[in-house]
Amino acid sequence: MAREEHADPAAPALRARRTGAQILWEVLRQEGVEVCFGYPGGAIMPAYDALLGYPEIKHVLVRHEQGGAHMADGYARASGKVGVCIGTSGPGATNLVTGIATAMLDSVPMVAITGQVSSKLIGSDAFQEVDIAGITLPITKHNYLVTRAEDLAQTLREAFYVARSGRPGPVLVDITKDAQQASIDYVPHTRPVRLPGYRPKHALHEEQLAKAALMIAEAHRPLILAGHGIVKSEATRALLAFCEKTGIPVASTLLGLGGFPASHPLALGMMGMHGEAWVNHAIQESDLLIALGMRFDDRVTGNLKTYAVKAKKIHVEIDPAEINKNVKVDLGIVGDVREALQALLPRVEPKARKPWSARIHELRGDSAVRDIQNLPDTGHLYAAHVIHDLWRLTEGKALVVSDVGQHQMWEAQYYRHDYARKLITSGGLGTMGFSLPAAVGAKFAKPGEEVWVIVGDGGFQMTACELATCAQEGIKVNVAIINNGFLGMVRQWQEFFYDGRYSATPMKSPDFVKLADAHGLVGLRVTKRDEIAAAVAKARATEGTVVIDFRVEQEDSVYPMVPAGADLHDMIRRPSPLVEKADDP
Amino acid sequence: MTDRPTLRTFIAYVHDRPGVLARIAMLFRRRAWNIVSLTVGGTHVAGLSRMTIQIEADDDAARRVEANLYKLLEVLWVKDITREPSIKRDLALIKVKADATTRAQVLQLCEVFRAKTVDVSQEGLVLEITGTEDKIQGFLEVLRPLGVIEMVSTGMIAITRGAEAPPIEAWLNVGHDRDDVGDDEAAE
Repeated sequence: MAREEHADPAAPALRARRTGAQILWEVLRQEGVEVCFGYPGGAIMPAYDALLGYPEIKHVLVRHEQGGAHMADGYARASGKVGVCIGTSGPGATNLVTGIATAMLDSVPMVAITGQVSSKLIGSDAFQEVDIAGITLPITKHNYLVTRAEDLAQTLREAFYVARSGRPGPVLVDITKDAQQASIDYVPHTRPVRLPGYRPKHALHEEQLAKAALMIAEAHRPLILAGHGIVKSEATRALLAFCEKTGIPVASTLLGLGGFPASHPLALGMMGMHGEAWVNHAIQESDLLIALGMRFDDRVTGNLKTYAVKAKKIHVEIDPAEINKNVKVDLGIVGDVREALQALLPRVEPKARKPWSARIHELRGDSAVRDIQNLPDTGHLYAAHVIHDLWRLTEGKALVVSDVGQHQMWEAQYYRHDYARKLITSGGLGTMGFSLPAAVGAKFAKPGEEVWVIVGDGGFQMTACELATCAQEGIKVNVAIINNGFLGMVRQWQEFFYDGRYSATPMKSPDFVKLADAHGLVGLRVTKRDEIAAAVAKARATEGTVVIDFRVEQEDSVYPMVPAGADLHDMIRRPSPLVEKADDP
Repeated sequence: MTDRPTLRTFIAYVHDRPGVLARIAMLFRRRAWNIVSLTVGGTHVAGLSRMTIQIEADDDAARRVEANLYKLLEVLWVKDITREPSIKRDLALIKVKADATTRAQVLQLCEVFRAKTVDVSQEGLVLEITGTEDKIQGFLEVLRPLGVIEMVSTGMIAITRGAEAPPIEAWLNVGHDRDDVGDDEAAE
């Protein structure tokens, strides 16, 4: 099958002499790419030279290719469009790897473009040669090596199509230098991409929908588990309609937060290792779990042997390979979660389940007394205070990008997300250093949004170089460093499970205020709770990126906690003087 | 239905492109599925290769093997033929010691196993045998006392009985989006 057949014969007038490098930008423009994040180098120089002829595509010079990949990721998650990052061959390409894997684990549509040594040099261990297609095989949805300019347009169009369709994911296109340099007669391709071996769409089956409706009608203690798929398929309204009709409460995964409004009476909050206790107990007591666009990650289920043993399970998921992977389900429905919810809506009936609502209400009450917000003020600054105040001060409307660790869990607990695509975080891979660059990408996607980074002192230092990118681009993100002087989550595990032996977790950091200053940015420091509001107000009023160093309690822990591999209902709870006093006979 | 791992046989039609075998091998490695046997060869359709894959898997894992293979863009069609009436064959070439005193004995064994002699020399013979793995193993065992010098086998290839054809050419020609294929197996 000749590739040339895809060219549209109706458009001979558009035929022109183009280099491979020009074709790259032509296709990106055709795909609607407005901005890309990259770093030049030898093998990608022809593409960078041609870029000057395409001023409508904004290029952001990053400080490290990992940051470029996270920016493309953040752009994609905030906008729902495909994010694009670019690097050169060899180290440029390997630096992208963590960012590509991050996007893969969280199903983020991304196209990563890398330069490659000339085709004649491939396999010779040439300078800056690395087999990036081989390296990224298990962390891309698909990847390509292009050695001829003739193949470039079709390959790039396939890459965008594959990245955004079905279960989205990153696609890498590795382009040799000679393929960028060669000139060919080019006609823009306009026909739809046709891939016989690819099936992103799955039709819903009538009998499965009927079975699901029956299971829902018979359930006394049903629960919806809403995942990232709700956000990705823009299913918020469909989910709201479904829940309000059936009265079934909704628990969310970390990446599902915001897919269902946190302030809704049927919203329970986050499940899993650091989920709310009432949510985990409700899962264990449920008789029907309706899992929507989630994949029963081990951080969500705990011990699989004791996970929701009383519950039948319906799993609606776009990727057939996820059905029965971790949790055996009674009914698997392969398809788009929004389409499935819309198809189910007319088949379900309202049903009052008063004992179940009462039980969940009771479980909630137990947790409130352990909430740090309700504990006596010790004069210490807690991360939970910072994040809760930030939520209040921004009226819950900010686009928050969190990093990985304790602060990420506190963010999930205390910044209550009412809107989809307003929480961006690395859930699957758990990539420290994700947040600052991802926030830069999100800001390019949504320039009108107030963007806050919530990051630990450890994660911040992994990609802090991207402050220079913020300064160069003149973009505004607000960075809240939850600075506890430790690698907090590892420290917490050491406290709980390693007899408090703090191996390699105490961390001495630079003066973050001066670091911001060195970049020509504003830096602030907060050490008391009553300073939070003023600092947040100052940050919001300042033009350009602001860094706030929140010096929080050093040895606080995230509660509740299901130890890794433990039963989901077996949680370590926050010690509470209120509860302990009440328990005293 | 069984939830104990048993030997499963899959056939897969794939585009004959560079790196396809690496992608499939990588998929099995990454999911920690152990390949018992994997053979690849051409087909009657230009540009397509056909694989016969044997792995140990229970029913659930088998479904996921199929679903994961379908996620590879090069894979056109997968079928678990473990329970289908099918013909399974291995081909082996066995070099065995055979001088004037033992040659007749070897040739007699060949006749019993319907093996062919494909090379004769002063001190040995090369024998060709096709059949199931069991038959080849049986042949090998009776030859062993006579002195097996070297052997090679293709690994198993399989085809279903009857006249049913995989809908490969239709996909290639029409290129529909395959809404109708594979979902049922994956989603129960």
